Amino acid sequence: MTREVVDTSKRQFLTTALTVVGAVGTGYLAVPFISQMQPSARAMAAGAPVEVDISRIEPGQLIRIAWRGKPVWVLSRTPEILDILEKDTAKLADPSSKDSDQPDNSSNSYRSIRPEIFIAVGLCTHLGCSPTFRPEIAPNDLGDDWKGGFFCPCHGSGFDLAGRVFKSVPAPTNLVVPPYRYITDTQIIIGEETKKEASA
Amino acid sequence: MKNKLNVSSDGLKNSMNVSTNWLLKRFPLSRMWNDHMAQYYAPKNFNFWYFFGSLALLVLVNQIITGILLTMNYKPDAKLAFDSVEYIMRDVNWGWLIRYMHSTGASAFFIVIYLHMFRGMIYGSYKKPRELVWIFGMLLFLCLMAEAFMGYLLPWGQMSYWGAQVIISLFSAIPVIGEDLSLWVRGDYVISDATLNRFFAFHVIAVPLALIILVFLHIIALHEVGSNNPDGIEIKESKDPWGHPVDGIPFHPYYTVKDLVGVGVFLFFFATIIFYMPEMGGYFLEHANFIPADPLKTPEHIAPLWYFTPFYAILRAIPDKFMGVIAMGGAIVVLFLLPWLDRCKVKSIRYRGGIFKKSFVLFIISFIVLGYLGTQPATPGYTMLARVFTAIYFGFFLLLPIYTPWEKTKPVPKSVTHEKTAMEDYSALVDTFDKMTVKQEPIKTSWGGTVTPVKPDAAGIKNVLIQLAKKLKESLD
Repeated sequence: MTREVVDTSKRQFLTTALTVVGAVGTGYLAVPFISQMQPSARAMAAGAPVEVDISRIEPGQLIRIAWRGKPVWVLSRTPEILDILEKDTAKLADPSSKDSDQPDNSSNSYRSIRPEIFIAVGLCTHLGCSPTFRPEIAPNDLGDDWKGGFFCPCHGSGFDLAGRVFKSVPAPTNLVVPPYRYITDTQIIIGEETKKEASA
Repeated sequence: MKNKLNVSSDGLKNSMNVSTNWLLKRFPLSRMWNDHMAQYYAPKNFNFWYFFGSLALLVLVNQIITGILLTMNYKPDAKLAFDSVEYIMRDVNWGWLIRYMHSTGASAFFIVIYLHMFRGMIYGSYKKPRELVWIFGMLLFLCLMAEAFMGYLLPWGQMSYWGAQVIISLFSAIPVIGEDLSLWVRGDYVISDATLNRFFAFHVIAVPLALIILVFLHIIALHEVGSNNPDGIEIKESKDPWGHPVDGIPFHPYYTVKDLVGVGVFLFFFATIIFYMPEMGGYFLEHANFIPADPLKTPEHIAPLWYFTPFYAILRAIPDKFMGVIAMGGAIVVLFLLPWLDRCKVKSIRYRGGIFKKSFVLFIISFIVLGYLGTQPATPGYTMLARVFTAIYFGFFLLLPIYTPWEKTKPVPKSVTHEKTAMEDYSALVDTFDKMTVKQEPIKTSWGGTVTPVKPDAAGIKNVLIQLAKKLKESLD
């Protein structure tokens, strides 16, 4: 009886080949396993634009509506508020909104198409709490420098009434302005933007 | 008659022996029992701090059993979840008890684990050769935090919703992949039904499995190297002629019986909370969570449950989104690194230098203060305070590798020292009481006996306080 000689190089080849095939197979299987946790087709489809009637909003009043499950604010700003927004920019981190997210037609110091109507996604750009609307000037808890704005109760970030973030707070950027357009003078559609409007 | 009875009892014995042998030939039951209980030698000087390992196991069992019962009536659906929890509280037989056992158990788990970690830190149980025991323990702590966080979304109250919103948004702070990652975790653009459903899956099966596996690894790793003790000496180094550690006693029956007493005392407090204060003033179950989740409105003041607040305060203290997340993560990562940051050879705090003792006290204070600040609104004053204590928290860990190689330690005894018994503690207390009071004239009572009334003694109290302060100062040197 002859002694069988172990061909180690063949063994090594088989081991390596099996490892590689196994790793590739595991990799392919990981794709469906991981991507099944991505938003489903239904979740991706559910983002329809919403219409808002702004005729009944009083000056200084804020209304909240839901768009894609997020709170969207519609604020009617008074001339006094606009005056403060114009002058009081020393404490802002990004007063001209260069590093912030808004459509082109709202890329101005009021961050809106019409200065008196401000629309923003009401979620703090820090960790997504919904800031509280604090229009009053110099309230006790927020200090004498407060000229009205939004204050996030979760982590103390502050924004002015154009959603612009103050310096040295946790929030990195200004509040997000969603795409929107005016259908009529008193009707706004949120979540839709036409090319014509954007360039106008 | 007598004879017959004997025969039958012998027969029973015989058949029992046969089946025991059958089992033992196929499964190493008695070896496992001996290795981990009856022949596992633990140091004989375990004190109060050594209750919390077995208590953590008890709470884990409580969470698993009550958790299984809760899933029988809970509905992981954004439309039904809140109501199904109320249904459990009102209509399910004993549903309130099972839910309160589960919610109180969650907080109890963290109390027990924090004390267990504190024990590990004071007696140097993380040091060589127990680094891996500590690492498995830290992984357990991490899994426990994930488990608690995901479980808290399930009642679908306001705090559930906004707490999850904040924590998942933490991922979005990571550059480049952050936004996609948080989208993947949520499974939707906002916290929604998809998020609730997957958190349910993680909470009831994925994380508990990981917890059980890690508990197993934690104990196996511990029993391989043997338990540390309050003196921080290796009992395996001196053995008796039979090969057992001189300072060791078998875990069973000595520590199983001791732990039973611990279980009894623990259950007394546990039951008191469940029956008389299940919400614990909003610390165990937050008030805002009795309102169904509203995606349009954040509660006026949101705070995580108490066991996350130290880390939450660190997050808030940093005025930069990404750095805040890094600091919060770092606060946990430094704990993982503790066995390598601390270069001192002496394990127990009893024989360590004053500099370590003082900085450890500062660390514990900073942990507690941060925990308090995390429950409070983020006012400028509190934020400033949180920054100071965040610096102390990290300072404790980051200074360790600098001073510990040169730390002036005290001589470590060869054999474990005597631990005070409860009786000795009691008589010391009586002595102190006697020193602080002066005896009055004995009074004859109406039933014929005599009593000696006592009066507080100002000079005595002052002396005791001075002694106490001296002792405190000495113990920190």
